[in-house]
Order: sequence, then C-alpha cells, then structure tokens
Amino acid sequence: MNLVALRMLMGDKAKYLGIIFGVAFASLLMTQQASIFVGLMTRTFGFVSDTGQPDIWVMDPKVQFIDDLKPLQDTMLYRVRGVEGVDWAVPLYKGLLRARLDNGNFQTCNVIGIDDGTLIGGPPEMIEGSLADLRRADSVIVDIVGASTRLAKQPPIDPATGKPIGPRVPLKVGDFLELNDNRAVVVGICRVSRTFQSQPVVYTTYTRATTFAPRERRLMTFVLVKSKPGTDTRELCVRIRQTTGLAAYTSGEFSWMTVLYFMRFTGIPINFGISVILGFLVGTAIAGQTFYNFTLDNLKQFGALKAMGAGNLRLLGMIMLQALVVGLIGYGVGVGAAASFKYLSGQSELAFRMIWQIPAITACAVTVIVVLASLLSIIKVIRLEPAIVFKG
Amino acid sequence: MTSIMNEHPQAARIHETAGRGLAIHCSGVTKGFTAGGNTIRALRGIDLDVRLGELAMLVGPSGCGKTTLISVVAGILDRDEGECRVFGQDFATMSARQKTRFRGQTVGFVFQQFNLLPALTAAQNVAVPLLINGVAHAAAIKAAKEMLDRVGLGERTESLPKQLSGGQQQRVAIARAMVHRPRLIVCDEPTSALDHETGHTVMRLLKNVALDEDRALVIVTHDARIFGFADRIFKMDDGRIVDVVRNPSASIGASGGDAHA
Repeated sequence: MNLVALRMLMGDKAKYLGIIFGVAFASLLMTQQASIFVGLMTRTFGFVSDTGQPDIWVMDPKVQFIDDLKPLQDTMLYRVRGVEGVDWAVPLYKGLLRARLDNGNFQTCNVIGIDDGTLIGGPPEMIEGSLADLRRADSVIVDIVGASTRLAKQPPIDPATGKPIGPRVPLKVGDFLELNDNRAVVVGICRVSRTFQSQPVVYTTYTRATTFAPRERRLMTFVLVKSKPGTDTRELCVRIRQTTGLAAYTSGEFSWMTVLYFMRFTGIPINFGISVILGFLVGTAIAGQTFYNFTLDNLKQFGALKAMGAGNLRLLGMIMLQALVVGLIGYGVGVGAAASFKYLSGQSELAFRMIWQIPAITACAVTVIVVLASLLSIIKVIRLEPAIVFKG
Repeated sequence: MTSIMNEHPQAARIHETAGRGLAIHCSGVTKGFTAGGNTIRALRGIDLDVRLGELAMLVGPSGCGKTTLISVVAGILDRDEGECRVFGQDFATMSARQKTRFRGQTVGFVFQQFNLLPALTAAQNVAVPLLINGVAHAAAIKAAKEMLDRVGLGERTESLPKQLSGGQQQRVAIARAMVHRPRLIVCDEPTSALDHETGHTVMRLLKNVALDEDRALVIVTHDARIFGFADRIFKMDDGRIVDVVRNPSASIGASGGDAHA
C-alpha cells in the first residue's frame, strides 16, 4: 500500500510540487536566515577566534564585549604575570586610529598592537611578507580586504577628463600609510576573520601602536594569558580576578559574552527571528493548505480504499508516508538551496555560517510543519464515512 | 406482470432457500439519518434474502433507500434496528476492525464512477484489494494481470485510467472487485455512465465471470436496459421493498424489454 500512497501523491504533480515548494521554502528561509544570523554573531568575536594562542583574556571589569575598549595600566601586566598558574602573559593594544589616504580622505582602522618580543596575538594567516617583519621600523601588516578596498590607493587621473583611469590600486608591501600623523610602512598582507565592524585591520607591535595612539595614561586594552600545562583555566580566571581585581575570561567565555551583548542590545536576533518565524508560518500555511486540498481531492479514493477494507491505521500510515516523503524532499531542497546560496555568494562579504545545529533544528521544524499539514487530512480521512463512495 | 409480482408487497421478504444457501439475510432492517434536526428514515423495515449464485437488483426512484440498503449489506453503514447477516455473519456483533477486515475479504465493490485511482495503472488498481489483504506486491500484480485478462483487458494492464474508455474502466473496476475472490459483489449503478452496448458488455461480464454458485451479486440500478440480467428484482420505494420481480428476463421478453412497463 506504500506504493499506492506514493503513486497517489505523485500522480497530482501540481499539488505534489506545491507541497514540496511550501516545505522547501520554509526550510530555505529558516536555514538561510539562521545561518546568516549565526554568521553575523560569529563575526562579533572574530578577533578572539583569530587570536588563538592565549587561553585567557584579562581586561577591565567593565568591559562588556570585544570592541568595548577600556584600557588598563601597563603595570597590570606584571600583576597578572605574578598569579600562580600563569605560564605567560603579554599585552595587547586594540584601538581605532585614523589613517590618512593618498587622496586626502581619512579612514578609521582597527589597529592591533601585539607583544614586541613574542609577537603573540598576530594575524592567523599571512598572505604576503612575514610576521617577523613587524620588527622593522615603522612596520605594519594590513588585512587583505582593507588593503584592497578602503585603504586602496586612488588610480591616476586622466588630465583630459579629470576622471580616474582604471580601478583603485590595492595597498601592497612597501607602500606607506599615515596613521594618526605617524608614518607606517606596509611589510605584510594578512587574512583575518571578518569582524562585526568593517574597518581595515592593521597589525603592529604593542610599543609602536602606543606611539600611534593618542597620548593617554592607560593604553593596554587586554592582557593575553596562557595557563601552565595542567592548570584549570576556569580556576585560573578566578585566581586572576581575586588577585588583580580585573576581569578574566576564557576565550570561549569572552566570545559568548560578546555574542550575548549583541543579542541583548541590538535588534539583530529579533529581525532574524521574525524572518525565521515567518518562514515557518508561510511554509506551514502553503504545505498545509496544499496537502489538505490534495486529501480533499482524493477523498473519494480514500473512501473507496476504506470501503474495500483499508482500516484507519493503514490510511493514516499512507498519509504519514506521503507527508514524510514531501517533508524529506522539501527539507533536502530547502537546505540544499541554502547551501547553494552560500556557495554562489562565494567570496562576497556575506556572513553565513551553517553550523550542524541549524539543519537539525530546521529538520525538527519541518517535522512540525508536515505533522501540522497532515493533521487536518488525517482527521478528515479518519472521520470519512466509506459510504461516500456510493454518492454520485 | 402482475402474476410475477409478490402478492403481499408489505411482506416482500422472499425465502428462496431451497437448494442454495443464503448469501444475505435481512429482517426488519431500519436506518435513519439526522439532518438539520430532522430524522430521515431511509430504511423502514427491510426484509431481504439473496441466495448464493443469485444476481439481485435493487431498483426504485431516487431517495428510496437503495444506496442505504446496499451500504448496510456491504457493512459500511450500521443499521439502527433489525437483523442483517452476510454469509451468516452479523456486522452488529463485530468490532470496527473486524468489520473492515470482513469487508476486505468478503465484499467486492463496483462503483458508478468506477473510483479507480488515477495515478495507478489498470493492473495496480486491480491489485489494490489484494494489497489491502496483505498479499505481496509482485503476487498481487500477477493476480491482477490474470484477472484483467479474464475481463478482456490483458493488453491494457499498464494503461492509466484516463487512457481507457468508460467501458474499459468499468471492466477494470469489475476485475478489481473480483480479484480477491470475494463471495459478495456489490455494484452501484455499474452501467449508468455507459452506453447501451457497453452496458450490456459489462453486465454479461458480471453475470458470466463474476457470478458463480458460491457467490452473490447485488446491483443497485436505475438502468431498465439491464433488468433482464437479474434473477430477481427488488423494487423499493420510501425505504421499503414494495415489489419483487422473479425471472425478469422472461417478462422482458413478454413486454418488449422493460420489466416495469
């Protein structure tokens, strides 16, 4: 009878495709919007992810997320180093500085100053040059996206038309930058994770970064800490807090704290949540109505089967099989389309991260959709009097 | 005509048990429906016996209760009062599941609008009752093709219903009604959607192929052209059997083809 159920389902191609479309639409919208949401949230702590060596981030207790900059006194570094269980601790500068472009415009850059001696906290991937080149005078490393776009140089101007000839020229190794009235020379190009803020990222040494930065008493943004082997990082965080009065979080805790901040204080979750809910509702409505119409159209056939001896359980099984098939196909099409969306968007700046939980949750939502969609049909068929077959 | 009518229409119950067993025995069957607060009495004390090997027709005006009676006899409607046994089994004593199983094994249906599943081929349609009864798919299809061959559609086993004429579709429906060898075949207006010639072909098929000594046929019809195929005609009106015509083919011969002329 399973074959009969499937033949019935696929026999009416318009409705069959309509139900699949409803489920696929819901799956696509839920998966795609949730993946973009997760992608955006991942970007919020992209800098933490890129800085892989330390276990613990130490900061001012009032800091709420990664871009909430509340500098510390440099002496705090030594206090942290003195806490039992700390293997090493290095300073990190993070601040927004203005770069002057060759056309006279200014561009705000995210300047990262890493420990002069160890260069811990550097970019995760070098495309050109080497991290050690930061030891050269006035040297900086610029991220590839920033170098190609916002920090790119103006093309030559056609004297006849006064218009630029060709596209902008990406910043390359050997080029100069003016950071807050300080000369800087590009010694490397790196790749970093996209962050929630879209400024170009400029790496340099901690000492040089503090000279680029405006004069302030406190300039050290974070202390990066590595725990000694065998030390519990959470316990070490507690000890650092108790000893220094500073806040100390593991990388995971700091990332999650950043995500929670953006979720709590921005409308992002609500906006994406609405899209996901709409996808669910519209998908349920389309799939439910089409599936119910399909059942109504086949009511006489179900009546005939009932008259011929097919019991309610068997008919229920047939409907559930039909719902399962359209659910599986629609889910596959929807999630596949979402994955294709990511593939087609390729190298764009689209924030898209499909973690395994998203397809899993979408699968649960699709299950709910097909159950709701088939529920009306099941009730209709169970209540169906087989005598309907004798009505002309 | 009068000579072949029952002299007591109010007691139209026929006990023709001599020689053959009873396929259907109904006594005092009533059935009512409630609609808009009013109760409509569709059956008002039906007495009906149909013997094994008999082709019985139920005729009468629209709304007289034919379809209700056939539904009660086939076990798809529950009677309100009275007794109704099919091959000695009383539906009233069966659970819903037992009734469904009994129907699946014992009753074959031929519907006015054929009610073939449009997405299934002729063979797959015919196989449905076997599949319902748990026969394996391959065996069911094999039996269905053999049955289609018996009704003259051996060449059309892979055709979809929409690719068949009305007469061919009804032959598929007859094959479907017979494939699981039910002892009772119930037909609802099997020829009303067919032309004269095709209607006669279908009736010949029902009479010659579907009917045997261990099986009974009950046909609800308005179609006077096929009355001559019946062994007995039960004429109904207002929820009662008001007349019984025996051996109508003889009377058709005498009256020029219309048993109720």
